[in-house]
Amino acid sequence: MQTSSRLVKWLISTPPLLFLLIFFAAPGTIMVLTSFRLPGEFGGLAPVHILPGDTNEESGLTIETYQFFFSDFIYLEIFLKSFAVATLTTVICIAMAYPLALLIAHSQKKFRNLMIMLVVLPFASNFLIRIYAWMIILGPESALSHMINHTLAVFGMAPVTLLFSPFAVLIGMIYVHLPFMILPLYTNLEKHDPILLDAAQDLGANRWQRFWYVTWPQSLPGIFSGSALVFIPVLGMFAIPDILGGTGDIMIGNLIKDQFLGMRDWPFGSTLSIMLTLAVLIIAGLFSRLAKPVTKIT
Amino acid sequence: MTVLWIVSIGVYAFLYIPLIIVVVFSFNDSKLNAEWVGFTLHWYKALLHDHEMLLAARNSLIIAVSASTIATLLGTMAGLAIHRYKLKVLPILAFTPVAMPEILLGVSLLLFFLQVLNLTLGMVSIIIAHTTFCIGFVAIIVRARLQGMDESIFEAARDLGATPWQTFRQITLPLIRPAIIAGALMSFTLSIDDFVITFFTKGVGEPILPIQIYTMIKVAVTPEVNAVSTLLMLLTLTLIIIASRFDSSMLGESKSS
Repeated sequence: MQTSSRLVKWLISTPPLLFLLIFFAAPGTIMVLTSFRLPGEFGGLAPVHILPGDTNEESGLTIETYQFFFSDFIYLEIFLKSFAVATLTTVICIAMAYPLALLIAHSQKKFRNLMIMLVVLPFASNFLIRIYAWMIILGPESALSHMINHTLAVFGMAPVTLLFSPFAVLIGMIYVHLPFMILPLYTNLEKHDPILLDAAQDLGANRWQRFWYVTWPQSLPGIFSGSALVFIPVLGMFAIPDILGGTGDIMIGNLIKDQFLGMRDWPFGSTLSIMLTLAVLIIAGLFSRLAKPVTKIT
Repeated sequence: MTVLWIVSIGVYAFLYIPLIIVVVFSFNDSKLNAEWVGFTLHWYKALLHDHEMLLAARNSLIIAVSASTIATLLGTMAGLAIHRYKLKVLPILAFTPVAMPEILLGVSLLLFFLQVLNLTLGMVSIIIAHTTFCIGFVAIIVRARLQGMDESIFEAARDLGATPWQTFRQITLPLIRPAIIAGALMSFTLSIDDFVITFFTKGVGEPILPIQIYTMIKVAVTPEVNAVSTLLMLLTLTLIIIASRFDSSMLGESKSS
């Protein structure tokens, strides 16, 4: 019996473990190694000389690409800009998601699932289609563009282009990631004990005080887990700036894409990816710590 | 409460209006996605004659079926193993690809395929890449199902002298079947929709659906894109509804775990 149950454990855990070791862990390791190499003359990697008696200092692994990353401010600037876009997207998503999540959580039980389903459905449609929809809405010939520019003309202001701008990128980011904020926030708000609100009311707290002192502090873990789900994918996004943004609106993801598919500078592309990974790990660690309720209220 | 209602209706409108516009313009008798001219099925007919697009749809279907089959098999195993045993490495390997930015998985696999395996990029590399991130989703759904179950059923089976294999075949498998089906449909949807990872692991030969759509969006926007989009929306919508029938936990829990 003992051996057969050990056999079962081995049988069900080994195939997925092997697959993921080969196609997830190994590629990650290769990327780390590549970031310490130098690019070849025609793309790919420069050869490493690990011959016996080879004492060449320049051969083998090097931190040159990392030094390069910090030597030119433009790369740090794009990283900081990506953080700014991710922060702004997260904050706006919280502002939009909170009222809706609160409404759903306070609705009658039978309507809740339907209302959540209505949040999830649009996000089930293809990612590119959702970005494309905003190309139509923000395009120069769209009704929205005409309306805004007519209004601006009334006040004697110059017309604006909505598409291919930081504004378009931000809208696209919010649109694609909003459900990731609504769902965890709703899951959190739904669990709140209504007795606490009643108690606050009995003690004379007004509507605003009840929200600020009862609901809001309890909802912080939900906000933080939603924030992680929005912030992290936005930070690494390349398709939305690529499609909705102008040439000046590139983010970390676009930088990485260019290194791999444009310049074919694999080591620097890997270095940028490692920096992004580190950023993601820090953010994920921070948010998951914040998402744990500090004191149990009920 | 009134303020909540107004804001919420606004948020719902924000979520739905863009998609409605895409669908409406797919029936519009104008090359520009600007104003309504008249009803036509022209763009759907054009789609039927677009050889590249049909080939892309076929390729994407092959990729999605292969990747979701392998991912469902491996993901179910992973979900079972993670639930039953105290494993350290497998949960990290299975769940990280779900949580990290897609581009990181895309470029690391690109490096691995070209540098280590010397593989010509194409259908096979895409199938492997899609399988890698779908395993985690299937494992999450299967594990969630197992966590909601009463352990005593399995103990009872063991006490009655069932072998591990009998317990699995006659107790565990029927109980987790809805989760397996939901996971399979979820993987299929994720695979057929995936753009970022496909973008990095695709070859030059075969057209793939999301890449084809991307090229159309970037190069020449015609309402044909709207027509493809509408059909794809119908497909995913159907699959999501079927999947949620099988496992109601899948919609909420898949991404947030």
